Amino acid sequence: MNTQVERITSRSFTHFLGDTAVLTGRSLRHITRSLDTIITTTVMPIAFMLLFVYVFGGAIESGSDSYVTYLLPGILLITIASGISYTAFRLFLDMKRGIFERFQSMPIARSGVLWAHVLTSLVANFISLTVVVGVALLMGFRSGASVLAWLAVAGILILFTLALTWMAVIPGLTAKSPDGASAFSYPLIFLPFISSAFVPTDTMPGPVRAFAEHQPVTSVVNAIRDLLTQQPVGSDIWTALAWCVGVLLIAYTVAMATYRRKIS
Amino acid sequence: MIADSARGPAIRVQGLTKSYKDLHVLRGVDFEVARGSILALLGSNGAGKTTVVRILSTLLKPDAGAAVVNGFDVVRQPARVREPISLTGQFAAVDEILTGRENLMLVARLRHLKNPGALVDELLDRFSLTDAAARKVATYSGGMRRRLDIAMSMIGNPPIIFLDEPTTGLDPQARLDVWQTVKQLADGGTTVLLTTQYLDEAEQLADRIAILHQGRILVDGTLAELKQLLPPATVEYVEKQPTLEDVFLALVGEPDRDGAADDRNVGAVPTTSDS
Repeated sequence: MNTQVERITSRSFTHFLGDTAVLTGRSLRHITRSLDTIITTTVMPIAFMLLFVYVFGGAIESGSDSYVTYLLPGILLITIASGISYTAFRLFLDMKRGIFERFQSMPIARSGVLWAHVLTSLVANFISLTVVVGVALLMGFRSGASVLAWLAVAGILILFTLALTWMAVIPGLTAKSPDGASAFSYPLIFLPFISSAFVPTDTMPGPVRAFAEHQPVTSVVNAIRDLLTQQPVGSDIWTALAWCVGVLLIAYTVAMATYRRKIS
Repeated sequence: MIADSARGPAIRVQGLTKSYKDLHVLRGVDFEVARGSILALLGSNGAGKTTVVRILSTLLKPDAGAAVVNGFDVVRQPARVREPISLTGQFAAVDEILTGRENLMLVARLRHLKNPGALVDELLDRFSLTDAAARKVATYSGGMRRRLDIAMSMIGNPPIIFLDEPTTGLDPQARLDVWQTVKQLADGGTTVLLTTQYLDEAEQLADRIAILHQGRILVDGTLAELKQLLPPATVEYVEKQPTLEDVFLALVGEPDRDGAADDRNVGAVPTTSDS
């Protein structure tokens, strides 16, 4: 009996992986056939980067040799925040069109439908982050960080993307209009402005500074910045990881509960 | 699955109710669909046809009543219900960004078929989509989308197919093509539950017709049985005029359409399902 249960479980897990892979292949095609979505995702962060480095940068006392290097971690987070709005948008379109109901009425692993969108978001964000880092290199960004430090940066960015993508799944499932599906990301895009991403927090007035120093973006930005500039990372990396994992778990739980309510 | 399919009707619905707040969409629906037959659920807009189909295809839970598909309860064993069924919803469930061929491959892979390529080529041919196979579905006409939609539903040879208003919004030619396909499905032994608001569609296709009105089945029977509900026919002499449909099809219909339709493969698709 037990082995039978195990066999069924392992079979359905194989099906889950297979179905998710097939569905991910489908949504990746959506990305490769509309590369303009990647471009629109990167335009805004690159514009911010140009604006801050070449217009405001001269007047900002960041305490760093290279302002573009100081700025890049925050720009990367803005890139992710603007990228995940497409996950909400694509999920919304799937829900509105018949294809979603076709998947739901088929004998497939149902959560694979969401995982496919989440994995696609990871790939899409990886592409846009690469584009943004490329532009930053042209603007003079340099890092002597070791391979291990880069891997740590990649790990933090992946966790951050996962957390925000699962958050994006919620409006994708519940929104009434395509604008509503993607509008939730605007506050996320502006969160880095009230953090250590652009200027050191110690110039901010009391309450703003308190908010800036205790919101997740600051610890994530500080951890990535320290890794890239070969500084000791201190406790920031643990705070950053705790924020990412915490948001990820909550967003995943809420998204899955919303999904189950939606499909039953 | 084979053993289960030997017993009882393909679909049995008893006392099904569903309400959205104060709106009572279904007020106790009962009907059965015998294996290998076509039942047309006939009703005007808002009669609750789509709600019935959504409940039977496990997309929606009923408030009360029982719905059994292929011997399995839709609420308690939804996963077992999803295996033998296929849904063609009211709006073509196709992926616009993928090509026609990719859409079919997607469904074939999700149904875990071995060697899906050959089956997909065969379906493309059968539904006259071979020439358009490499084009994005976004460029397809309404009739082509519907044909692709139905082709996707036939992958894996599901023994029970739900067609929710399959010809709504189609031009007369495309409509006849869909009718042809549905007849072929039934000839191949597939059970079809079809919803429609067109009386002639029910008359043309269905073995039995159930009229759904305000959330209840008013009558359920064969066309002959339904006709007996009214006084017997009287003989009147009427000048035989061509209908507008006759004129339209005579003018625009492809001359070899009937021939081509007859040449198409009839019946079940050979599959290599591993489940």
